Amino acid sequence: MNIDYLINSLYLIKPEIAISATLVLLVLMDLIMGNNKKLLPYIAFGGLIVTSFFIVEQFGMSSLAFATKANKGMVVTDPFGAFFKAIVVFASFIVVYLSIKSDEIKASFERHGEYYTLIFGMILGMFFMISASDLILIYLSLELVSLSSYVLAGFTKTSKRNSEASLKYVIYGGVSSGIMLFGISILYGITGSTNLYEINSLIQASSIPNLTFVLAGVLIFVGIGYKISAAPFHFWTPDVYEGAPISITAFLSVASKAAGFALLIRFIKITFIRSVDSEGYWHLVDMIDWKTFFIFLSIITMTLGNFAALWQDNLKRMLAYSSIAHAGYLLLGMAVLSNQGMIAIIIYFTIYAFMNLGAFFVVMLIANKIGSEDIDDYKGLGYSQPFLGVSLAIFLVSLTGLPPTAGFVGKLYLFIALVDAKMITLAVIALLNSVVSLYYYIRVLKNLFLTRPEKGIFEFNVSFSNGFVMVLLAAPVIIFGIYFTPIIDLAKSSMQILGF
Amino acid sequence: MGNFPILSFITFLPIVGMIIILCLPKSQTLVMKSITLLITGIQVILAGFLLYHYNYGMGGINNPATFQYIEKFRWIEISGFSWIGKIKIDYFLGIDGLSIPMVLLTAIISFIATLASWKIDKAVKGYFALYLLLVTGMMGVFVALDFFLFYVFWELMLLPMYFLIGIWGGPRREYAAIKFFLYTLLGSVFILLVVIGLYFSTMETMVDGTKVFTFNMLSMMDTHNFVATGILSPMNPHNLRFIAYIALFIGFAIKIPMFPFHTWLPDAHVEAPTAISVILAGVLLKMGTYGILRVCYPVFPDITQKMIWWIAAFGMINIIYGALCAMAQKDFKKLIAYSSVSHMGFVMLGMASLNTIGISGAVLQMFNHGTITAMLFIIVGVIYDRAHTREIDAFGGLATQMPIYTGFVTLAFFAAIGLPGLSGFISESFVFLGGFAFETIRLITVISTLGILLGAGYMLWTLQRIYLGTVPEKWKLLKDLDFREYAMLVPLSIIIIFLGVYPSSMLNLMNSSVNAMVKFMMDSKALYSSLTGL
Repeated sequence: MNIDYLINSLYLIKPEIAISATLVLLVLMDLIMGNNKKLLPYIAFGGLIVTSFFIVEQFGMSSLAFATKANKGMVVTDPFGAFFKAIVVFASFIVVYLSIKSDEIKASFERHGEYYTLIFGMILGMFFMISASDLILIYLSLELVSLSSYVLAGFTKTSKRNSEASLKYVIYGGVSSGIMLFGISILYGITGSTNLYEINSLIQASSIPNLTFVLAGVLIFVGIGYKISAAPFHFWTPDVYEGAPISITAFLSVASKAAGFALLIRFIKITFIRSVDSEGYWHLVDMIDWKTFFIFLSIITMTLGNFAALWQDNLKRMLAYSSIAHAGYLLLGMAVLSNQGMIAIIIYFTIYAFMNLGAFFVVMLIANKIGSEDIDDYKGLGYSQPFLGVSLAIFLVSLTGLPPTAGFVGKLYLFIALVDAKMITLAVIALLNSVVSLYYYIRVLKNLFLTRPEKGIFEFNVSFSNGFVMVLLAAPVIIFGIYFTPIIDLAKSSMQILGF
Repeated sequence: MGNFPILSFITFLPIVGMIIILCLPKSQTLVMKSITLLITGIQVILAGFLLYHYNYGMGGINNPATFQYIEKFRWIEISGFSWIGKIKIDYFLGIDGLSIPMVLLTAIISFIATLASWKIDKAVKGYFALYLLLVTGMMGVFVALDFFLFYVFWELMLLPMYFLIGIWGGPRREYAAIKFFLYTLLGSVFILLVVIGLYFSTMETMVDGTKVFTFNMLSMMDTHNFVATGILSPMNPHNLRFIAYIALFIGFAIKIPMFPFHTWLPDAHVEAPTAISVILAGVLLKMGTYGILRVCYPVFPDITQKMIWWIAAFGMINIIYGALCAMAQKDFKKLIAYSSVSHMGFVMLGMASLNTIGISGAVLQMFNHGTITAMLFIIVGVIYDRAHTREIDAFGGLATQMPIYTGFVTLAFFAAIGLPGLSGFISESFVFLGGFAFETIRLITVISTLGILLGAGYMLWTLQRIYLGTVPEKWKLLKDLDFREYAMLVPLSIIIIFLGVYPSSMLNLMNSSVNAMVKFMMDSKALYSSLTGL
């Protein structure tokens, strides 16, 4: 037991170190530069660029950091983690860009230092969530993400709904992480270990009291379910998404969800697995019936998300419910408990990042000008703002899952996984859900293109940089819809989880 | 001819046009219209070229070797999932006797509908861009032989259609557009599920001997390719072929539209602008019946045989119910819309007969209905442009006011009724001959002939109410046809008369394929019972 193992492991957590360093740098620069805060986002960009190089490096790695004789290791470095970190970093790039452009954030200029610091705190937390293989680290990282996001959700302070969102978030978050901690303590009590790999070998070998074990598993899931906003732990989502600044909503809906799903997959696959057969199906220990659990969870989540979205008049709130529905689709990939399902989730996330960030970007640009996210205020915008209108149309059509957009490819692979697992009924429910979702997505398009404006036309020009970022998000949605080999190849290379 | 990818060209040319139109400034409306006309014109020429070089002897249906103008490339290929094998999707186009009439129809109707769109003055750029996208989708459906590709084209049409009805339509356009969209999407998700199911049930043997799951429709028709454990394989005792067939059939039936899934059609037609109604009735409805013939029949011949009576029965309901509804309409356009429901019923009845004469009749009826109904909708459009109403009772005696127009109307109406010498007669009588020859559906066929009577009833009654009698004072200023309207009505009239007098030209075109289809269906009876018997 010496310091060597610590130092030897450092090269495995380079991305995390880069993020921490940027965080420190942001704090320092904020202090040094006083009132000139224009540089901060560019420091953030710099930090993210460095981080992304380290993440690319990790696609080829597969090892455990901080392993000792007593503990198999706290942090996993593997292609699977690298993929989800890449999603988080990609989302962070866009979110930092959104923050520069957002009028909401601009209004509280003097606190920009905190803002970017907290974002990096969140990124750091997500990175550890993605790669943690120890219950303690899982809990800590989850809390790091949560605490940063509580503050960010209420960042602007000036608006009432901001503070409301933040408060609701704190209360729900506090309760669910408390429940999760309780579950962790039970699991530790049963097995005597906090390391997922060790817990796995322990529960494979010996018999463990059934009910207690189920309780522990489900309680831990509460914490994760809250992060991915799966029903019935979704109640915070609409309020927080609606109330928070758009840049933060976008971040929560993509990065936070990605980290949550990475954690879920890793937690389930490492802790409860018995074997993976040649067809790619996971055989879990039979103490907890995760399959049924996920089937019901996904049905409830997508149905609730889709039906609740039908009645929303605020686009941000509608996208919140739609993101709940998408969590439901993604849980379908969990329900099959197979490598196909996992691949489908990875593919879906790649696409989801583009389309969801894009949709929020459009909403932000429009909100900047008309000061509203009300769907009725979008009437006729497709005519005065054809570029934004068409972009939003592309993102929403992709969220519905119609060809030839990438959203279709994402759904297709989920259904392929389901049909291959012979879960036809579930596939039918999911497909009917996507028909329901058409109705509320198309409602936005209807207001954009089919109706004439009531309040007069809003004339404004989309700047070159905004246009560029928009194309950057919209073009892949179309291109990957027509030629999706690159996404599948990416997913294939990122599906390897350490140990399996 | 060589290796020129003529099918890709005819399919994607409109996309090129769309891109050009999107790059033009908003004010250049005439240029946009001309480009669209030019592109659809080239499509007609290309379709004529396809026809000219078409080999009448090759059957197609399930045999890849007898398809023509084949283009096949690897589109998506992912190797090396250890547990799922290779994934491949082909870009696979080709036509046979079933699809070439549809390709011709699509080209002709698209061209004519472009003329019908000439007076669009609202957001012209958007209109023609979406219109061309729609044309690509339609053409693609008729030439695709890979199920995945087929599905992409199938869905590709939905969005342009939604906007074309929703933006340029009548007063209740929003409702009609969303209804159309939701109905068709509901249908197509069922299709998607069956596509995936079939994908996991069929494996194609590659050149190097490895077996790969496939979306290739033609491979799905070959029983050797079925995987023993596939959920849609006949040899799997727990197969779901019956459910899949129903799902697929409903997916296509919504498009036909078959009773009771027809309710979107009258709404869509009434609200859509004339040109879009022409496209909708002329081409889109045919996709439903084409899909059934192209996919349901040869991929599920075993279930099709069992369901024949039902297909015929629903065809009969469509014929009678559509005709009765048409009779009750006060709106001229809605009347024509319901007459479409009725006439598509003949197609279903013809398909159900499973013999050469009946299926020929069905395919011919698809083509004829396309041209006749397109003409009828143009006729409605002509009068609506002038009078801004479609109320049947508001008119009378237009024959004296617009004699030439009424001449065309009479021709189209009599063609729709099925007067000998006009194209509708041939296809309808073939359908009845075919149906009558097949014991199982003989009674249904007999009842369905009532449809002719009812059809004559509502058509002649309409003719009388609108065109005969005395002209109300306010319509005394209506002018007869202009050049653009001649350009739309004359070619369609020529086709209708030509096919009425010389139907063999079209029948010969499809004959080998229809024979191949009938033979395939007959052979498969024994084949599938031996498979399931094992």
